Amino acid sequence: MIVYDKKYDVIVVGAGHAGCEAALAAARIGCSTLLLTINLDAIALMSCNPAIGGLAKGHLVKEIDALGGEMGRNIDATGIQFRLLNTKKGPAVRASRAQADKQLYRLRMKNVMERQDRLDLKQGEVTNLHLEEGHAAGVDTRGGVRFLGKTVVLTTGTFMRGLIHIGLVNYPGGRAGDLPSIGLSERLMDYGFDVGRLKTGTPARLDARTIDFSRLEPQYGDERPIPFSFDNDRIEQPQVPCHVAYTNPKGHDIIRSGLDRSPLYAGIIEGIGPRYCPSIEDKVVRFPEKDRHQTFLEPEGRETVEVYPSGLSTSLPIDIQWAFYRSIEGLERVEIMRPAYAIEYDYVNPIQLHASLETKLLGNLYHAGQINGTSGYEEAAAQGLMAGINAALRVQGKEPLLLGRGDAYIGVMIDDLVTLGTREPYRMFTSRAEYRLLLREDNADLRLREQGHAVGLVPEETYARFVAKKELIETELERLGKERVTPSAAGEELLTEWGLLGMQNAISYVQLLRRPDFTCQELARVYPRIMELPETVREQLEIQIKYQGYIGRQLEQVARAVKLEGAKIPVEMDYLAIPGLSTEVREKLARFRPDTLGQASRIPGVTPAGITILSIALKARGGK
Amino acid sequence: MYLRDTIAAISTPVGEGGIGIVRISGPASLPIARDIFQAKSSGGLKSHRFSYGSVLDPASGALLDEAMLVFMKAPNSYTREDVVEIQCHGGALVVSRILSLVVSAGARLAAPGEFTKRAFLNGRIDLVQAEAVMDVISSRTDAALCLAQHQREGLLSRRIAVVKDGILYALAYVEALIDFPEEDIDVAVDTDVLGRVSPAVAELDALIDGFDAGKVLRDGVSVMIAGKPNVGKSSLLNTLLKENRAIVTAVPGTTRDLIEEVVNINGLPVKLLDTAGIRDSDDLVEKEGVRLSLARIPVADLVLFVVDASTAFTVEDEAILQAIGGKCLIVVLNKSDLPRAIELPVGLTAQTVAISAFDGSGIPELRDAIAAAFMHGAAIDGREYVAVSRARHRDALLKARESLRSFVANLSAGVNMELLPIDLRDALNAVGEVTGETTVDDVLDRIFSSFCIGK
Repeated sequence: MIVYDKKYDVIVVGAGHAGCEAALAAARIGCSTLLLTINLDAIALMSCNPAIGGLAKGHLVKEIDALGGEMGRNIDATGIQFRLLNTKKGPAVRASRAQADKQLYRLRMKNVMERQDRLDLKQGEVTNLHLEEGHAAGVDTRGGVRFLGKTVVLTTGTFMRGLIHIGLVNYPGGRAGDLPSIGLSERLMDYGFDVGRLKTGTPARLDARTIDFSRLEPQYGDERPIPFSFDNDRIEQPQVPCHVAYTNPKGHDIIRSGLDRSPLYAGIIEGIGPRYCPSIEDKVVRFPEKDRHQTFLEPEGRETVEVYPSGLSTSLPIDIQWAFYRSIEGLERVEIMRPAYAIEYDYVNPIQLHASLETKLLGNLYHAGQINGTSGYEEAAAQGLMAGINAALRVQGKEPLLLGRGDAYIGVMIDDLVTLGTREPYRMFTSRAEYRLLLREDNADLRLREQGHAVGLVPEETYARFVAKKELIETELERLGKERVTPSAAGEELLTEWGLLGMQNAISYVQLLRRPDFTCQELARVYPRIMELPETVREQLEIQIKYQGYIGRQLEQVARAVKLEGAKIPVEMDYLAIPGLSTEVREKLARFRPDTLGQASRIPGVTPAGITILSIALKARGGK
Repeated sequence: MYLRDTIAAISTPVGEGGIGIVRISGPASLPIARDIFQAKSSGGLKSHRFSYGSVLDPASGALLDEAMLVFMKAPNSYTREDVVEIQCHGGALVVSRILSLVVSAGARLAAPGEFTKRAFLNGRIDLVQAEAVMDVISSRTDAALCLAQHQREGLLSRRIAVVKDGILYALAYVEALIDFPEEDIDVAVDTDVLGRVSPAVAELDALIDGFDAGKVLRDGVSVMIAGKPNVGKSSLLNTLLKENRAIVTAVPGTTRDLIEEVVNINGLPVKLLDTAGIRDSDDLVEKEGVRLSLARIPVADLVLFVVDASTAFTVEDEAILQAIGGKCLIVVLNKSDLPRAIELPVGLTAQTVAISAFDGSGIPELRDAIAAAFMHGAAIDGREYVAVSRARHRDALLKARESLRSFVANLSAGVNMELLPIDLRDALNAVGEVTGETTVDDVLDRIFSSFCIGK
């Protein structure tokens, strides 16, 4: 083994959405960082759909941006269609989504990485960890080179023992066109990691020149596209439409005729797939009463004819694929450029992680992205960012940055993963967040900028802008609470219009804004200067005032939960020695090894009585 | 607070039955048993095997009793701890001497219900079961016993599971609409959302109504017998008691103190309050009795307003009726064996029952009327009947119903959809409080099984 003579602070393995954020974060915080990847041409490649955001995922992107990550800026620069979803269902569940130019997205990210100081990019396949005294201290590559690093972040995506399935044909691969990573997951098993198998899939890529768009319904982006990043004010580039198409009973028959050659139904695939992202054969089998399924035909870029048909992933044989896609109206003559496929890959049970994403088995080793059982670019990027930050903080000898369930979707996701584990690819949903009304896209910067700045990821100039915005909101909130409009000042006409005729006393601006449909625009009729405030500030004022009651209630709940979250359980806790715990609870605790009482309380099967006993045991221990 | 010590108690009612049982639970159970018990056969004490032998005082060697002993090794015991039960001859003296021997050998006297508490703390039973077992211990009538056993078997838990299921589905529908705006999700608010919530509310209504009956079964209800002097209140009480407790004479105002007796009326424990006859009197002692009677009217659950049917309705009767006010009441027309002369006020719409305390006629009808007043007409049949019998449960169920009503109101008011799950989750948590289990949030499971989602 040839040992490279430069010693790094942080080594990141993998250059997908997790790896990029991890490497950029570590280097930006000030660590000498190495990023190793099997293929340098595939940095930040969108292996599946060419889109960023959506419900809960848009929230993650905004949080990544607030903490100083790159994903938001990258999609703002390379997006080709922007939409705000759920505009009528309330501010907390409003979410941003954008189609990306897939190639531009990856090239811009590569460019950002190449210009980043302290960051080396190298091509190489990692086959083993280098350990010193039971801690990760570097990696070995297939090329026979050992790279030394104080910390290691593994972001292996679908590459570990990746196996691609098209019908009954299967072959090793990390992604169509890329080599798999062989050997690393076996080594992880040797070290005691609980390695499992998951499955995911992707639809075929279709040739736009062979699609009759005139028979399909177009779906356009928003007239006024809103950027993801708090650093950007507007999106300048022109937008392109997607198109909606539908499957039909004829196509479903074709699917059924191929089930005998489906690797899923033939039992060849052992990995567990995501229920929220089923293949088309899954949909046809599980929902036989549905005679059509919707698909969005998403362009993969401005300069390419490749089209991504969402919702139509499959692992059926190629002849079935040809017939099936051509059964769809508008796609009768369609040519497949890349076939749909399923891929199985190894992941490591995330309950073997601390909330910092450091593994419990090997110190200085961090896991992020699909290796933790998640799916999605945004989920991966968020974990990569946190792993990169925490590896860097370790190098600096500082405490890790831990986000709670009341702080961020990132906190919810990591807590779910490390306390519950996952048996299917884990995707973020807003319903997973019990404090959903607090965790909005619009206030991600207000929630997380401070932390991003404290760890050294948010540049001073950006931070100063944020502080100014925050102060503006605070002073304006105070003003709106103090200033009042009297019945005489408003005048009879306005009072009638507002349904306030007969009002005796003056009413504060806050009270006015609290009324359901009353906007800043309306308030401007008595307080014109409010329209001089930036739109993002006005939005905050409206939301914070209208939702004050709900927000207050959820903040109280967060405060109550903090007590349990703060109660740390020592790593060496011997659950067998705690009297009174039932066998089931004891086994659960010994298996999950929670870091805090809060985590313990969320493990299924751990009863409230068990938590009471555990808290008593912790107190007794503390007393000794 | 859970202490890892060993507790002991007599687990059979004192002075009853042919045998007495001393139960010991905790880590020292077996050592204590070895200290004080000498088995006839050799081979030691095996788990879940009866041993026959003698209980001896280890200090003096004196024989206390011959007994059967069974050792149940943890976790296969009621408390999931090591448990020893010593079955001896039932005399109160013998049993309590054995208990003090056990205590001097290192056990501590158990607090009431402490074995059950340990069973609960150790995860052997859930909260509903634990509370129901407590009720078994203290239940006084057959119907109450039957009810308590039903709760222990989880009937209440099962009915609550139905409520929970409805809420979970409604929540899944709303969450699906929120989280999957780009999927063509086919949810009709009337049938899919309200169609799940309405039955849940109805079930909660039924459970909450049942609470009153449930409370009745556990604590007993108080029924006050009120009326002017010498209309036959004490005779009625005695008839209901079937024995002479209160002094009965023909001199008005004989009964001067409140008399409390518990009787079993159709399986319902009823506390009967007899009163001094209520009238304007110069006798100071009697005046005090009258004052007491009037003061007790508000605490009674039901008032039996006794009048003499053989005489006219008097001003005194009217005054008492005023004092009863809006209380739940049954008008008892006593002395139905004599010619009827009474004419009740037109506005008095309460149920009337004609009886004769003298010959006992009408008494079964009165018993039925009393029982019906508490059971909403339903006879107490513990086998068919699940009632909520704890104030804690009732509060939780009320909270759940309140949240669901608020959800329905918000839904029709058209509030932002993101706010709708709040009430549903509150309702879910409230319902979870009854069983003491953490609510496992399987909303996503329901979304994925109900809708075809995915791209």
